[in-house]
Amino acid sequence: MASTTAPSRNGPAGRQDTQPPPARPAGPVAWRSRLHRWDTKGTPYALVAPFFLVFAAFGLFPLLYTGWLSFHRVSLYNVDRAEWVGLRNYTDLFTGQVSHYFWNALLNTFTLGVLSTVPQLLMALGLAHLLNYRLRARGFLRTALLAPYATSVAAATLVFALIFSPEGGMANWLLGLFGAGPVHWEAGRWSSQFAISVIVTWRWTGYNALIYLAAMQAVPRELYEAAALDGASRWQQFLHVTIPALRPTILFTVIVSTIGATQLFGEPYLFGGQSGHQGGTDHQYETLGILMYDQGFHSSMLGRASAVAWIMFGLLLLIGLVNALITRRLRGSQ
Amino acid sequence: MSRSSVPRVRTRSAVLASAAVAFTLALTGCSSSDTGSVSADGKITLTVGTFGTFGYKEAGLYDAYMKQHPGITIKENPTTVEGNYWTALQTRLSGGGLDDVQALEVGRISLATSEDLAGAFADLSDAPGVDKKDYLPWKWDQATTADGKTIGLGTDVGPMAICYRQDLFKAAGLPSDPAAVGKLWAGDWAKFVEAGKRYQAKAPQGTYFMDSAGGLFNAVVSSSPVQYYKDGKLAYKDSASVKTAWDLAVKAVQGKTSQGLKMFDTPWQTAFSKSSFATTVCPSWQQANIQQFSGPANKGKWNIAQPPAAGNWGGSFLAVPASGKHVDEAKKLVAWLTAPEQQAKVFQKVGNIPANQAAYDLPGVVDYKNAYIGPDAATGRIFSTAAQAIKPAETGPRAGDLTGAFGTGVLLMEQNGKNPEEAWNATVRQIDSTIQ
Repeated sequence: MASTTAPSRNGPAGRQDTQPPPARPAGPVAWRSRLHRWDTKGTPYALVAPFFLVFAAFGLFPLLYTGWLSFHRVSLYNVDRAEWVGLRNYTDLFTGQVSHYFWNALLNTFTLGVLSTVPQLLMALGLAHLLNYRLRARGFLRTALLAPYATSVAAATLVFALIFSPEGGMANWLLGLFGAGPVHWEAGRWSSQFAISVIVTWRWTGYNALIYLAAMQAVPRELYEAAALDGASRWQQFLHVTIPALRPTILFTVIVSTIGATQLFGEPYLFGGQSGHQGGTDHQYETLGILMYDQGFHSSMLGRASAVAWIMFGLLLLIGLVNALITRRLRGSQ
Repeated sequence: MSRSSVPRVRTRSAVLASAAVAFTLALTGCSSSDTGSVSADGKITLTVGTFGTFGYKEAGLYDAYMKQHPGITIKENPTTVEGNYWTALQTRLSGGGLDDVQALEVGRISLATSEDLAGAFADLSDAPGVDKKDYLPWKWDQATTADGKTIGLGTDVGPMAICYRQDLFKAAGLPSDPAAVGKLWAGDWAKFVEAGKRYQAKAPQGTYFMDSAGGLFNAVVSSSPVQYYKDGKLAYKDSASVKTAWDLAVKAVQGKTSQGLKMFDTPWQTAFSKSSFATTVCPSWQQANIQQFSGPANKGKWNIAQPPAAGNWGGSFLAVPASGKHVDEAKKLVAWLTAPEQQAKVFQKVGNIPANQAAYDLPGVVDYKNAYIGPDAATGRIFSTAAQAIKPAETGPRAGDLTGAFGTGVLLMEQNGKNPEEAWNATVRQIDSTIQ
């Protein structure tokens, strides 16, 4: 890169500057080098600006506005008329009128999260490990992994709602083969949460498996060869070579899945049909996301919904913090 | 190096500049392309937001109107479930994007006429061709604000009958002729529940007397003069009709005479074709559902009988948002769509009973017979008699939400295995938490 003190090639024939500053060469060269300086300093900012402008408009502003709304009593159809209520929306959620539903939703978000994240990641690890071997049609199988992820939530959930339908659903037919009685999947707390986590697991296992697969490709082959020479079985190779090498990747997927689980909305909402907006007749699978929707768009209490939104935001920040701590600890131990 | 850096600066800033232009265009694009709904040849497009089945398309009314008014194109934006429709409508009331005509369900009309929302709608009492006397008086009053502004014109009302499966009644040893069936429970909903017990004792395998105890609950409340509100206040806890309805629903659940389906949900729809229940409460608009979901295979098996008590379940209005671009044209369209002749056509096509009582005198209404449901039954007479016998009940801003909450409350007993007390408490908690 040309420095700012580059000598002038044009000589003194240029414009007559009355007081040419000694450090800054005169003429077009100065202009050009100044441009250049702006270029090197400014261009990166200009290039990232669109993201931050869009983020400010569609991310930061709604976030702050939601925060402001959460201190008001405001109805969906009359947003201009907001009445200041202080922390009332938050106390309603924690100890007041809606506390029953709030704690229930928090618990459900947690149980649904565990029920779907844990099997999802374990299965993804196993699948990735298998696909990492030389297989016939490996390319096809790897692509097929992504098919569920590419399916829309709505389509997937509708199909699974049919499978778990109380009348003539495939799940009950399967149970019937083993002599077990029909289950009203949607009505029970655990049965409905199980059904929903099956949908989530089905959709995201392949996605996570691909991430693991990518990370596994980076593990040096020699490690496996050495382990094989030492007589390690494939299972032992998986446990002692693959898993330790994948630790940062696993942590990453855990975080991403946890964030996804905290925001779980589409699957339970669509699974519930008519009562999806409250997470089932008995709120048996109401997540925080659904509670927010129900309060805001069904009961048209926007202030309370905003409070739920901010609590969810706080939860996600907390998860991020825990993540940062664990990552630091991991790095320290290496 | 320095030589090449000059053009690079130029290209880069050119790229930057064009990116900035593109970005600004993208941001403003949505507003600059907005030329209103008047197209180049001066044609006006009116959009109509509806839910469920209003029957205008089915009866060919849009086409007829467009033929009469060559400058107007009508586009309907239909939604299936009213709850979803209302949610979206509320959002658009504050955020924009309303249709030129918006349908309103009776459970929402009280909120729509309240001080909060009435300003969002145009006054329809002065729309061309509208005659207040034509409409059922209570229907007119429901859509009129305290200061005399009418924000919606009635499209239909929901007088109730009972639709029943003739073949299943016969198999269970019950009378199957409409007059005799009506006598089974004449005058009292409790008799209806008793008939259920008789049915269930000899019921064909795997069938139930009724589809949903929630439907029974709503029918009982809907046929009572005092429902959820009294003197402008929420009074469901002391309402006699709510208590009677709840107790009857409990009886139906405990006697296992109800299949325990969630009305309008997919399993409810498929149960029609599986012939797994023998009766359903039949507000006039229900005829379209029965025909659609039971399918051609069950043609001739359904019949219709007088209900234990006259009542109104549902029925809608058409309103014109005041913020629309073509308020006058929209008002004209609404007045035309709800005029007697048009309402009679809709009734004959999909069975929605007119809210315009002048339509009852038109040929093909009182003497109407439904080819699918009891072709010999005097369906038109049953419904128009019931419509005129309806005693309007006081309604309130959250009536729609209360209906929903109690429907769910009954389901808690039917599907989630709660006992009546638990279910009642859960319902009260639900209502307390939704209504501030």
